[in-house]
Amino acid sequence: MAPTGPSLIGRRMIRVEDGPLLRGRGRFIDDLDIPGALHVAFLRSPVAHGRLKDIDASAAKALPGVHAVLSFADLRPVLTGDRIPQALPSGAIRFDVDPIVLAKDEVTYVGEPVAMVVADSRRVAEDALALIALDLDELPAVTDPVAGLEYGAPKARLDCPDNLVARQSIDYGDIDGAFAKAAHRIKARFRLHKGGGHSIETRGIAVRIDPVDDTLTIHANTQLPHRAKQILVAALGIGEQRIRVVAPDTGGGFGPKAAFHPEELALPAAALLLRRPLKWIEDRRENFVAAVGERDQDWDMEMAVDAGGRMLGLRGRLCHDHGSCTPYGVALAYNAGTNVIGPYVLPTYRLDINWCLTNFVPCAPTRGAGRPQGMYVMERLLDAVAETVGIARDEVRRRNMIQPTQMPYATPIKQRDGSTMTYDSGDYPECQRRALEAGGWADFPARQAAARKAGRYIGLGLANYVEATGRGPFESAGLRVGASGKIVITTGASAQGQGTKSMLVQLACDVLGVAPESIEVIAGDTAGIALGFGAFASRQAVTAGNAVHQAAIAVREKAIQTAAEMMEASAEDLELKDGAVQVKGVPHMKRTLAQIAHAIAGVPGFALPGGVTPGLAASIDFPAPALTYCNGTHICEAEADPETGMVRLLRYIVVHDSGRIINPMIVDGQVTGAVAHGIGATLYEWMRFDSQGQPQTVTYGDYILPSSDTVPPIEVIHMESPTPLNPLGVKGAAESGTIAAPAAIVSAVEDALHSFGVRIRNLPLTPERLLASIQAAG
Amino acid sequence: MEMTDKRTITVSVNGTKHTKEVPVRITLADFIRYELGLTGTHLGCEHGVCGACTILLDGRSARSCLMLAVQADGHEVLTVEGIAPGPDALHPLQEAFRDNHGLQCGFCTPGMLTTLLEFLGDNPDPTEQEVRVAISGNLCRCTGYQGIVLAALDAAKRMKAGRA
Amino acid sequence: MKLPPFEYACPTTLNEAIALLANHSGEAKPLAGGQSLMPMMAFRIAQPSLLVDLRKLPGMKEIKIGPDGVRLGALVRWRDVIDDKRLAVAHPLLKEAISHVAHYQIRNRGTVGGSCAHADPASEMPGIAQTCEAEFSVMGKAGARTIKAKDFFQGALTTALGADEIITEIHLPAWPAARRYGFQEFARRRGDFAMAGVALYYDLDGGKAANAHIGVFGVGDCQRRLPKAEAALNGKAVDEALAVKVGEAAAAEVEPQEDIHASAAYRRSLTGTLVERAIKAAMVR
Repeated sequence: MAPTGPSLIGRRMIRVEDGPLLRGRGRFIDDLDIPGALHVAFLRSPVAHGRLKDIDASAAKALPGVHAVLSFADLRPVLTGDRIPQALPSGAIRFDVDPIVLAKDEVTYVGEPVAMVVADSRRVAEDALALIALDLDELPAVTDPVAGLEYGAPKARLDCPDNLVARQSIDYGDIDGAFAKAAHRIKARFRLHKGGGHSIETRGIAVRIDPVDDTLTIHANTQLPHRAKQILVAALGIGEQRIRVVAPDTGGGFGPKAAFHPEELALPAAALLLRRPLKWIEDRRENFVAAVGERDQDWDMEMAVDAGGRMLGLRGRLCHDHGSCTPYGVALAYNAGTNVIGPYVLPTYRLDINWCLTNFVPCAPTRGAGRPQGMYVMERLLDAVAETVGIARDEVRRRNMIQPTQMPYATPIKQRDGSTMTYDSGDYPECQRRALEAGGWADFPARQAAARKAGRYIGLGLANYVEATGRGPFESAGLRVGASGKIVITTGASAQGQGTKSMLVQLACDVLGVAPESIEVIAGDTAGIALGFGAFASRQAVTAGNAVHQAAIAVREKAIQTAAEMMEASAEDLELKDGAVQVKGVPHMKRTLAQIAHAIAGVPGFALPGGVTPGLAASIDFPAPALTYCNGTHICEAEADPETGMVRLLRYIVVHDSGRIINPMIVDGQVTGAVAHGIGATLYEWMRFDSQGQPQTVTYGDYILPSSDTVPPIEVIHMESPTPLNPLGVKGAAESGTIAAPAAIVSAVEDALHSFGVRIRNLPLTPERLLASIQAAG
Repeated sequence: MEMTDKRTITVSVNGTKHTKEVPVRITLADFIRYELGLTGTHLGCEHGVCGACTILLDGRSARSCLMLAVQADGHEVLTVEGIAPGPDALHPLQEAFRDNHGLQCGFCTPGMLTTLLEFLGDNPDPTEQEVRVAISGNLCRCTGYQGIVLAALDAAKRMKAGRA
Repeated sequence: MKLPPFEYACPTTLNEAIALLANHSGEAKPLAGGQSLMPMMAFRIAQPSLLVDLRKLPGMKEIKIGPDGVRLGALVRWRDVIDDKRLAVAHPLLKEAISHVAHYQIRNRGTVGGSCAHADPASEMPGIAQTCEAEFSVMGKAGARTIKAKDFFQGALTTALGADEIITEIHLPAWPAARRYGFQEFARRRGDFAMAGVALYYDLDGGKAANAHIGVFGVGDCQRRLPKAEAALNGKAVDEALAVKVGEAAAAEVEPQEDIHASAAYRRSLTGTLVERAIKAAMVR
């Protein structure tokens, strides 16, 4: 039965989240007033690598206001093992390096938690940190992933045989044959840094312990509450029914809040030990040194093309800085490697990926999850091909693009689960065409020449991307209409600011014809729904969106069926409108959803109407067996100052296709936010360390985030190629904006400085590096 | 218990006078959040760069993480909770943020609103570039600033219409 | 990142403030705007035993403009400088420089005296003080004294101030209406500390530059003037070619530091570019 009235899908609707947030009534982790809570601070390793011999906490314990100082040995009795069981298997892993709750006998990065102070207040806990003495023997540190894999390199961990923690390869086609017949071969080496997540809200955990029924409630601003619970159940060895993980309002995620960090186990373990509620709010310095993020990849690549600039093959080696343990599997570099092909036909490809253990905080995905680096490598090489072959940058891309007639397009690449990476829908050439048109590509040479006469160096850059979104295996949703008429949606999806709740409300309203105010969404609470995943891989509109959509349809069908029984009417004559089932064309003959819900909530001793099952509710676990691929094109206009190396972005255009759009306002916001991340990764963000592994950029004065005056106006243009893979036809959108940004910006800078012949490879592109490139080219 | 120097201070917050004994070492931000329970003022960096903790002190924006609570003794503070004219209405600036998708996670929002409240008072008819400069000391990681800048420009129009 | 423990005093007279500082044998710190001190305390890089809050001290919040120049009370905030319309004529270089200081919220709190006492090598105000040969009036246990800018700034975060001394006023000598000036600062984002910055001026004597003052900040461990570059400018007709030459002289003269933000060579190069641009800007004032 089709929904009545015009569809809400595709409409700009204001968000249900905004009212409280605008009034300062959000409920973020640090806003929760946990009665009787003690406050935690972590003593962290001051060195990148060392043998931990002793912790003397006697002076700290004597400080007034300090309740306890706990080390690994103190927590171990309430844990099932030495390591935090991560359970993200992969055949690529040579040896498991699960994280540890607190350092046991070896410290492996600056910032690794070694001991925890529990005190009346955070300030006293911090006072106590200074009173703890560590007896450490410093060991040589691995501070470069390439050097770390060389013969004779020191070991990043004494408990591992070497530093090569994982290796993967992508290998298809006759690569040697391709290079043998190539008209041109282009070699390039890229050292690509990508920064951290840097949500403005840091991480935080509050643990409540209920002495009456002996349960633990863990409030944590995690992207993956259900996974956190699963790990806690395994690590603490207590039953599922005794642990609840619930995420409050969360101030941005961007990846790092998806990984399970040691503090997330340390607090519940300490709460069990001390029988006290505990709270830990990460401060910004801790966030810099102890929250996972991305870091360095070294790509040594060579591309073979024919005389017309058509790709024949690509081969090379990717060395990935993994950090000191494995908190989140080994997807990051593989994503980068597979995403290289983007919207192009690449006939042969060989990439060896080596993961090097280093003495840095572990690496885990931040927004984009390796794809910006992969796309950057492809797009930079294509710009080089254009130059070598003597064709325009847009033309080289057109010649290599997958055509819409080839959709669905099965690439030769195997995904991490062994399935074929298949692009489901999209019109890549048309997407690029629209972007070029919007960006004034054809007229730009004239503008550029005019600017040059006025002493200004402006350039236009172009880059395409594809992103795998909507990762499964499934997401859960329940939708229940209460006897009050209030509708509650529960889901394993979680929200960090993406408007997830608004998106689900919009979908439910579309089917049920109710007002947004009548719906409440419980997301990110393991007590709300038994199974679920949460926020990663731009997946929630696809997975939770379709789950809610289907649950709402099931509820609508049931409401109509029940009302038909109640009104002794035929279901075909009924429709759901404005929160009531009514006889078509006779609006006063109706049963409200509340009445229907009340009727099938049941009355003792009376049968339910017409034999329907109890409750006006439905539960759907929407399976997402295949990824759906969004795509787009970025155009960036930049100005470069050849005397200082300063780059200023003037204009930014994104043509984006994430299939059918639910709320264009929210999609725009996801794209512009992600572009800003990409701008940060390209021009500003650089987590620096010295050769001993000491972090050098641990303030927001030293680690530079994009600001309102460095991000240009961003214009987002939508295309909609619905995916056949889910009923709504939707694809993910949240990370895509990051993916093409580095390539588009650098392409613009090279174009601005083409008269100097500047070649840019490494990221970030700082003014000093650019000036050096100009001088090297000159 | 902690041994620490304390003072009794009187601070007017959102029009209500509060007299409290506080440790001298706590910041104005911590005073507002933990002593008064007004948790709308957020802490993003605690070293004066992110701007999330911005409040208005005697009508002028200030980073509450860079002030001691005792320094606010005798002064008037406005926090995000005090911006809306009443429980059922939003300030035009807040409405503009809602209607222009000027917030996503909402964590930087209190600082954006307080900063813009002062700025739009100083400059009721700003250009886009002036808005971008005004909020350049407030970091947002969600929006790419696009929705915020549009909201500020829209708010200027709404506030002007409100005065007319 | 909560502040370490300290004691706090909020004196109402200068003498009281000085006595408090003097009695704490160097462990006390005056608190003016707090915009630099508070972050250092949050990171526990600074852990003074006593903070002496200067906010109630009388007579240090005024901007006085007279025939002998501009007198800035030490507690004058950046915002006061920006809002003071008289300064557009009385000291346009100061006005332009201060528009580059940090951000809105910081400019509402930070003070000129606090900035100079803190003496961050990348700050604008000490650069202006050096270029303009400012004089600092300070008061301490031993009484009042005046310190010339060139003697005041001694290195990164190091000044001639004694532990018991407080800046009361900063005097910038009178600014002739016909003076040519330029201000250039290089930072990644608006409001960031400068990687390099230049404040310069010269007067015209018979069509030629005279009395050239060229000061740099963010380059080296201290704001300073560049006498060799000044000599390259003095006595010459100013044109674009000369601007390039003076820039080269400045680049050769500075002793830049190397840190995570920039190499010494890059800062040297920036200095030359900025001096050249500042002179070109001065030419068309």
